[in-house]
Amino acid sequence: MQKFVDGDRIRLKKETNNAIYEGVVMPTASRDIVIKLDSGYNIGIRPENVELDVINSAGSLKGEIKTEIRAVKEGLPLLSILSTGGTIASKVDYRTGAVSPQFSTDDILDAIPELGEIANIRGKVVYSILSENMRAEYWRKLAREVYNEINDGADGIIVTHGTDTMGYTAAALSFMVQTPVPVVLVGSQRSSDRPSSDAAMNAICTAKVACSDIAEVVVVMHGSTSDDFCLIHRGTKVRKLHTSARAAFQSVNDIPIGKVYYDARDIEGMRFEFDATYIKRAEKELELRDKFEDKCGLIKYCPGADPAILDFFISQGYKGIVLEGTGLGHVSADWIPSVARAIKDGVPVVMTSQCLYGSICDRVYDTGRDLLHAGLIEGADMLPETALVKLMWVLGQTIEMAEVRRLMHENIAGEITARRGLIHI
Amino acid sequence: MPIESQHEKGSDIIGLKAGLEIHQQLDTKTKLFCNCPTTLRDKKDTILAFSRYLRASKSEMGKVDEAARAEEQYGRTIIYKGYDSTCLVEYDEEPPRELNREAIAISLEVALLLNMNPIDGIHTMRKIVIDGSNTCGFQRTALVATGGLLSTEEGPVRVDSLCLEEDAAQKLEAEGEAVVYSLDRLGIPLVEICTAPDIKTAEQAVKVAEQLGMILRSTGNVKRGLGTIRQDVNVSIEGGARVELKGVQNLRLIGEIVNNEVVRQLKLIELKSELNKRCAKVEHEIKDLAAIFGVTTSRVIKKAGGAVFGVCLRGFAGVLGTEIQPGRRFGTELADFAIKFGAGLMHTDELPAYGITAEEVEHLKRTFDATEDDCVVIVAADEERATKALKAVLMRAETAMQEIPKETRRALPNGSSAYMRPLPGAARMYPETDVPPVEIEDAWLEYIRANLPETFEHRKERYKAKFGLNDELADKISRNSNFALFERIMESYGDVPVTLVVRTLTDTLVEFMQEGLDVVQLTDLHFLDVFKQLSANTFGKEAVPDILKFVANKPDLSIATAIDEIGLKSDTGEIEQLIDGIVNSKKEFIREKGERAVGPLMGVAMKELRGKVDGELINRLLLEKVKRVLENG
Repeated sequence: MQKFVDGDRIRLKKETNNAIYEGVVMPTASRDIVIKLDSGYNIGIRPENVELDVINSAGSLKGEIKTEIRAVKEGLPLLSILSTGGTIASKVDYRTGAVSPQFSTDDILDAIPELGEIANIRGKVVYSILSENMRAEYWRKLAREVYNEINDGADGIIVTHGTDTMGYTAAALSFMVQTPVPVVLVGSQRSSDRPSSDAAMNAICTAKVACSDIAEVVVVMHGSTSDDFCLIHRGTKVRKLHTSARAAFQSVNDIPIGKVYYDARDIEGMRFEFDATYIKRAEKELELRDKFEDKCGLIKYCPGADPAILDFFISQGYKGIVLEGTGLGHVSADWIPSVARAIKDGVPVVMTSQCLYGSICDRVYDTGRDLLHAGLIEGADMLPETALVKLMWVLGQTIEMAEVRRLMHENIAGEITARRGLIHI
Repeated sequence: MPIESQHEKGSDIIGLKAGLEIHQQLDTKTKLFCNCPTTLRDKKDTILAFSRYLRASKSEMGKVDEAARAEEQYGRTIIYKGYDSTCLVEYDEEPPRELNREAIAISLEVALLLNMNPIDGIHTMRKIVIDGSNTCGFQRTALVATGGLLSTEEGPVRVDSLCLEEDAAQKLEAEGEAVVYSLDRLGIPLVEICTAPDIKTAEQAVKVAEQLGMILRSTGNVKRGLGTIRQDVNVSIEGGARVELKGVQNLRLIGEIVNNEVVRQLKLIELKSELNKRCAKVEHEIKDLAAIFGVTTSRVIKKAGGAVFGVCLRGFAGVLGTEIQPGRRFGTELADFAIKFGAGLMHTDELPAYGITAEEVEHLKRTFDATEDDCVVIVAADEERATKALKAVLMRAETAMQEIPKETRRALPNGSSAYMRPLPGAARMYPETDVPPVEIEDAWLEYIRANLPETFEHRKERYKAKFGLNDELADKISRNSNFALFERIMESYGDVPVTLVVRTLTDTLVEFMQEGLDVVQLTDLHFLDVFKQLSANTFGKEAVPDILKFVANKPDLSIATAIDEIGLKSDTGEIEQLIDGIVNSKKEFIREKGERAVGPLMGVAMKELRGKVDGELINRLLLEKVKRVLENG
């Protein structure tokens, strides 16, 4: 058989039925030869019993590369878009069929030209990773980039992010960066290579928010299954609550700061609706507080779970533990000695609830009171992952237990809600 | 030249090339990419609605498809209606599941019946469609087989491809800038069969469509009824262009659609040379004409709040008024473009009319310095929509002087067609990365091959040979859904007249239905029993319809009881008595006529016995008794 590589145009004849196929070889993980026919269809052909001719070799197949210099528009704010590997400006790779991030300023404006009407855009790739591979050192790098961009005069920051761990990153930035301008995280639940993608609307709403006077770290994502409005979530209160739907992100134990409407679909006509108070632009000084204790763990308690799990974490040198307990904040009675031992050894243990909605209150039942007696720190109504990120940040600031306890109880970046209404559920 | 007779120059001269694209819904338990049922719903039962926008995205080759780009300009809000029988997959809120294996099996069956070569590995693709008919902005489609052949009297027609696709959402209404779709139909599996442009006449197109339809139905696994099969036709002629005519609902309309498209292209070719002869010119200046229509009586203009914009087409006078299809003028073609932007179009070839006065027309012409050779086109809409609409109209008018545009058109019920969008290209297709490819294992294919249904053609020939049926009857019963019952009856009671069985299962049932009889009550067992009794000679064959009619109204009765109740039971003794009586009273007549008396006596006897006894039996008894009279002197 003649040798060929991806991108070659080949002709195949199957000896079994004399069928002839001609097309461009596509990369594949299967054992079939996959070609794209002129009709646009891809097909797989078993490599056995075929006659193969290479008609011409790859090289002439590159997609068009468009370069266009865009002028800076007077009077528009300057937004800095930091990419961490989100799919806002991704393209399908014609060779692999996979979605890959593309991130020059031109790429962004090519994909979503409306952004150019809202602001002057500056794009930068911070790193390109899948959101599940995110880790504390990346949060630190990102926080520094945000800080630098604001220092360089950006009127607002947009961070594009994979949706899986966007909530964690939003919480991390909330604690690490005290910002005088909006810092907005955005992602998409439908990749931008499809006409129905939520990427464009999310990005446009995000740009609007980044130009607004909300000087907080927020997440802006679809508010419903319709393309009608995006919700503006406080970075410490937001959680991905659906694996695939557009409106996956919701604020837990708090109402979103507001909505930004897209229903008119013209940039001029977009309007805000605010439901909560927020920190205004320039109200706070820019400050970077990026010290972090990476070695903290989040343990989910389940019925019958062995307290040796906690002991193991301590023996591995973990410096702080967040428990995701049941109901008002419980683990079984046989965990109490392990919790007490950890705290005595200087490892703070913070309780959160797997109910997600509502606050921790360990004064109601005996087990709770015993836990408090052992020195447990109540995590109030913080999301378990927010409590984890906060504990990592707090341990970066101090290792003194009393100070850790005080900071964990203090509302630093909107992570603890003072009053809770009947919301969502 | 009259519009109808133009194409009668003959297909060789005009170089007609036509291809068919048939879309047939499959009768699977679940949809192609999710576990929802494939049932259509009463639109009143909708339980939710949501709205979306779609934007043209680039293909894997970095190009935006023309058709998608054109659709995006209209900027519509799309509203979707869901049901308790639709799920997150239809809402584009969850990734699709793997390709439905039942649907693959049916499409492989069809492919083999069409002598096609199935593909080894089926890859699902995304075909960009952003008119809103698919929530995700593309239709999922997979090539299943290629290289088939159909034979027709006019010559072979190649079957290029068979694809397995998901059906689109059904458009309910378009209100202003919003378009409403119902999601019950979205995702129902369908096969798309495309022939090569080997069809040379309109009649041949109809025959090919019929043949494909028969093959599809022979699987027993395709949906039946209105809207379950849709035909598209591709037509091109010498000097014309390839045009795709979408959504021909009725098979009988195919011939007419092809003819009318040929006429349209011939007319456009004529108009092109006429315009060039006149040195026609399209002026791009769009003028605000609201001042002219300040106190107009035109309802269209009033509805648009008095906003009117217009352009002048130099040298186009009379062209817009030229009929290019039944009931459609070139002006209607231009209006198709304007209406896409929600703007109504009028032109001076047809004005004054529609509440617009001669005075206003004069004023219009003056504004543009238009002479008798020119045509002024106006649209009533706000500035943004009017500008977009007029730009599209100008482009179409310019094209008219250069070529016949390649485009996709919507077939209209009267056999003509309206502009839909430019012809889509290969840039609209890229891989559906959420759906893994499916290997067609040899064993699976062989199993399907070994269990292929008999084709109608084959069955018809078999019936002719085995039962001696003529062409008409063999054709009728082999296409009928009761063909299996027919075979069972003939196997069990082979002595009953085959013609009677065919007529009963076809024509008689149709007559019953026309009479409003509840034929659903008649089971296979009823039919088998009727012919069993007939075979045992318990009644005369003329009574078959009466017995079935009786049972249809009282389905709990057995055939035997029914025969009793109608009083058909033939007691040979009774019959002989009756015939004896006739013969005895006509002895003189018999002696006079000899054996020829049987004929007239038959008439008398039949009057008494019709339906109760088989005619042949009466004839036999009469002949016996007549002979006896003659012998006895």
